[in-house]
Amino acid sequence: MASTIQAGPYSDKKGKLGKRFVKSIPFYIMALPAVIYLFINNYMPLPGLILAFKNFNAKKGIYGSDWAGFKNFKYLFATGEAFVITRNTILYNLAFIVINTVLAIIVAILLSEMRSKFKNVYQSLILLPYMISMVIVSYLVFAFLSTENGFLNNTVLKSLGKEPIAWYSEKKYWPFILVLVSCWKVIGYNCIIYLSTILGIDRTFYEAAAIDGAGKMKQIFKITLPLLKPTIIMMTLLAIGRIFYSDFGLFYQVPQNQGALFPVTNTIDTYVYRGLIQNGKPALSAAAGLYQSFVGFILILTANLIVRRIDADSALF
Amino acid sequence: MLTKQEKIFQTISHIVLAILAINALLPMILLFMSSITDDNVLIKEGYKFFPKKFSMYAYEYVFKTGPAVPRAYLISIILTSLGVVLSLIVTTPMAYALSKKYVLGHGFLNFYVFFTMLFNGGLVPTYMNYTNVIGVKNTFFGLLLPGLVTNGMYIMLMKSYFITSIPDEIMEAARIDGASEFKVFRTIAIPLAKPIITTIGLFAGIAYWNDWQNGYVYLTKRDDLYSIQNLLNRMVQNIQFLSANSQNVANADIGLASIPTVSIRMSMAVLGILPMLIAYPFAQKAFVKGITLGGVKG
Repeated sequence: MASTIQAGPYSDKKGKLGKRFVKSIPFYIMALPAVIYLFINNYMPLPGLILAFKNFNAKKGIYGSDWAGFKNFKYLFATGEAFVITRNTILYNLAFIVINTVLAIIVAILLSEMRSKFKNVYQSLILLPYMISMVIVSYLVFAFLSTENGFLNNTVLKSLGKEPIAWYSEKKYWPFILVLVSCWKVIGYNCIIYLSTILGIDRTFYEAAAIDGAGKMKQIFKITLPLLKPTIIMMTLLAIGRIFYSDFGLFYQVPQNQGALFPVTNTIDTYVYRGLIQNGKPALSAAAGLYQSFVGFILILTANLIVRRIDADSALF
Repeated sequence: MLTKQEKIFQTISHIVLAILAINALLPMILLFMSSITDDNVLIKEGYKFFPKKFSMYAYEYVFKTGPAVPRAYLISIILTSLGVVLSLIVTTPMAYALSKKYVLGHGFLNFYVFFTMLFNGGLVPTYMNYTNVIGVKNTFFGLLLPGLVTNGMYIMLMKSYFITSIPDEIMEAARIDGASEFKVFRTIAIPLAKPIITTIGLFAGIAYWNDWQNGYVYLTKRDDLYSIQNLLNRMVQNIQFLSANSQNVANADIGLASIPTVSIRMSMAVLGILPMLIAYPFAQKAFVKGITLGGVKG
């Protein structure tokens, strides 16, 4: 964590315990609402994870239900369901990490070099999709892909003389569609973070390079990108730490929960949701959820450990 | 004065960024144009950027069908305003307390927040807890409380702002004058932290306005509490239901013919985006600034 340059009286740990405790009381009171909220929202559910090891019986409740050992997990892995949802979650995330990072960096560099009033207009418009809810994104996608009324079938494919495509039942297109939608939605946000790093780079580096005869491309590759490296590492680390988690809205709303598309749109999050709400298999859902939380936890710790080895300042903790 | 190479670079930049900017807008333009297209034209020709015949019937229909849409709007507005206030009331003092390393148990408190970013129970235990223990199911609190009030990221982002931008020395003078910690917080820390408070408020506001999952999961019997997002979500399902059973439903119900089934979705979605689009020019600057302020680390 960032260290303060001038340590104030309340920024260090000096003082006797008793005195420190008394002086800390107002801060405990300030912390209380969030402590209570995080307790309810994040800590209280944790014991419920044992549901993953139970034969859930609604009448008996979570704690009263009979133990099932690892049966739920065995089912999850033996049926191959775990494999499909894990594969989808990880492959999509890898595609998002690579494509969205590369594009966000390109956009950030272009924006940072832009010498025109249009810069802000471009940035605002590219960020705009980030503000839109996934429900509405699913409507936007539907306007293009609807089999009967969609823009692609009625205008694009027709003018090319091609047959209409039933987009919502053809799974082969969906990996591309979902990557495209994700890209459309998050690039504006991701690029801000890179852009702010670039804008923090000392301009004299570029001036000196220009005097030495370095062209634009050379400046980008020799100055901008190397100085962006810590940010890129940090962002990628954060993304890898969350590689077991997917954007539920993207995978649930945008394909409109169409069964024909499940083989390529079902991720751990959508599986957990459907098991809980639609299929009435909460124990199986809980098992998938625990599997997600557990692997996710290990991944984020590992990713952080690696980064700390490479560049301690970029590590999360 | 620009060199030739610089000129080429600028031109290419303009082209690439313009394409991306237009791409960002295109789906919304299609949505808007479809929502003001005559339903019969839509059925014949599909959603188009330049429709042949315009009609505002879908909007009329949406507002004439009863109180559902205005009510959902009102609920979204109440939910978002209450949510932002609650979020800031919970997040700000916690972040401030965490910024003081002097506080006994600082390390524990820090870990308490940080751990929530590393590990969570997931949907099932959270759902069971909110439903069976806290009892928010089918109440307004089902929209307000689960997941959205605060999170590790909000708190850490604000904490790092307090640490790096508002050094404790500034507060020492007030303490010597006998001001209580609460007064110091209220009169010195909060005014100085306005940029980050605005940002977190914005994050929370966007999250509340756009959230559909809480209503989807926790409002199973109370569709009168639906926010605009829940209503939109429900409309996808209902129209799917209608078209799936169209053979037996369409003939039986003559009234169905007057429902602008194709354009109505789009007009609803436009209504859902609209407040965001109106707020965007004002919010965007603070939003971008905030992300920059907080840095990546949070």
